[in-house]
Amino acid sequence: MVDLLFIESTFAYLLTGLTITLEISLAGFVIGFFLSALMTPLRIFGDRFTSSIITSYVEALRGTPLLVQIFFVYFGLPYLGINFDAVTAGILTLGLNSAAYQAEILRGSINAIPIEQYYSAQSLGMRRFHVYRYIILPQAVRYAIPALMNELVTLIKESSLVSVIGVAELTRKGEYIVATTFRAFEVYLLVALVYFIICYSLVKVSKIIEGKIRIPGYMPRRL
Amino acid sequence: MINPVLRTVDLWVSYGKMNIIKGVNMHVNRGERLIIIGPSGSGKSTLLKSLILLIKPKQGKIYFNEIDITDKSVDINKIRQRIGFVFQNYNLFPHLTALRNITLPLEIVKKIPREQAERKALEVLDLVGLEMKAHAYPAELSGGQQQRVAIARALSMDPELLLLDEPTSALDPEFVDEVLDVLKRIATEGISMIVVTHELDFAIDIADRMLFIDNGTIIEEGKPSELISNPKNERTRSFLKRLHRRY
Repeated sequence: MVDLLFIESTFAYLLTGLTITLEISLAGFVIGFFLSALMTPLRIFGDRFTSSIITSYVEALRGTPLLVQIFFVYFGLPYLGINFDAVTAGILTLGLNSAAYQAEILRGSINAIPIEQYYSAQSLGMRRFHVYRYIILPQAVRYAIPALMNELVTLIKESSLVSVIGVAELTRKGEYIVATTFRAFEVYLLVALVYFIICYSLVKVSKIIEGKIRIPGYMPRRL
Repeated sequence: MINPVLRTVDLWVSYGKMNIIKGVNMHVNRGERLIIIGPSGSGKSTLLKSLILLIKPKQGKIYFNEIDITDKSVDINKIRQRIGFVFQNYNLFPHLTALRNITLPLEIVKKIPREQAERKALEVLDLVGLEMKAHAYPAELSGGQQQRVAIARALSMDPELLLLDEPTSALDPEFVDEVLDVLKRIATEGISMIVVTHELDFAIDIADRMLFIDNGTIIEEGKPSELISNPKNERTRSFLKRLHRRY
């Protein structure tokens, strides 16, 4: 028998965890975006030394599990005298991790712009800054948006990992209920459903944004 | 050489270790229309791009109005404003309308106010017969129309010299004439031009002088009608024979 009352009260409790989940993933995403927006031009157009440092950062973060990174920031850094509370550690780790992935997305999008676009802009006497500001970035962002939205969706799902350091986000709240009621089936199904509703909505929003910024005649609506 | 608007001295351009342009000395006089022909891979496009330093020469000098533009103290962006460039693949900015493709450089490079820039843009679009397509995006235009917009964009900057890199070779045959007609009209207005092309009839029509380039060096030069009908060099002869066979 489905216990509607139980589901209703569980759902209400889970929503308080959802707020934390959205907070840490959005904060992590924004931190990641600004860091990657800073790193990408330096990586592509900077000197070899700067570029290799940024590339090493990106590879290190992409090449290690997020869970290990969370443990490192929350349990490891205190050995160096750097302490964070669980939420801050969670946000920071997600931000640093996402920066690496977003940097890859931005790099790929900028590299997807053909060299002829640079030639064309330069041949008109446009300065480097103007070439990026008016010609390269507006096109690169269009390429990047689907992947960036995908990264946000991934981040929301991966934020469940910060439950291991005690952040009371969606998954953690689910664990609390299971611990007291032992009704793992309904609870985790509900937790999954909440994640799904959020992530699926974001995918839909992403499609709307893509449609809005589509270049007429250039990017097909459907293949 | 009388009153050259642009000239090169011992120009070398390379990709990595491979030399593409090998010690080219060439010039174009004010008001002169110079045609460059040569087989694919002979370095014509590279030469043209290197003239405004889109590709940096390895060695040699390029003088525009007797200013050495390879000198690092020269602001190349200022020079590029005065030399129009039309690419083989048009290279319009796909995210901007035809009108904006023209007004953007006018506004940010020439610092012309928007309204005035738009007037100028409509004027040059009218010149190439595309005023009614001002608000279309490049992908909504045919190849010929895109190339005409690209020509209009180059002209809007009021260049002293126009460089055209095979402006019709990426076009479907049905669109070639509309672009050539526009170019012929521009040619009669006395602007200096360097045109890389395989369109020999067009070349004879507009050119004052013709260069044949192969393997990164100038093989032969002369009046177009003479060079085409009576080439002196064996390589020019065999190239022209192949070209005639194709058309």
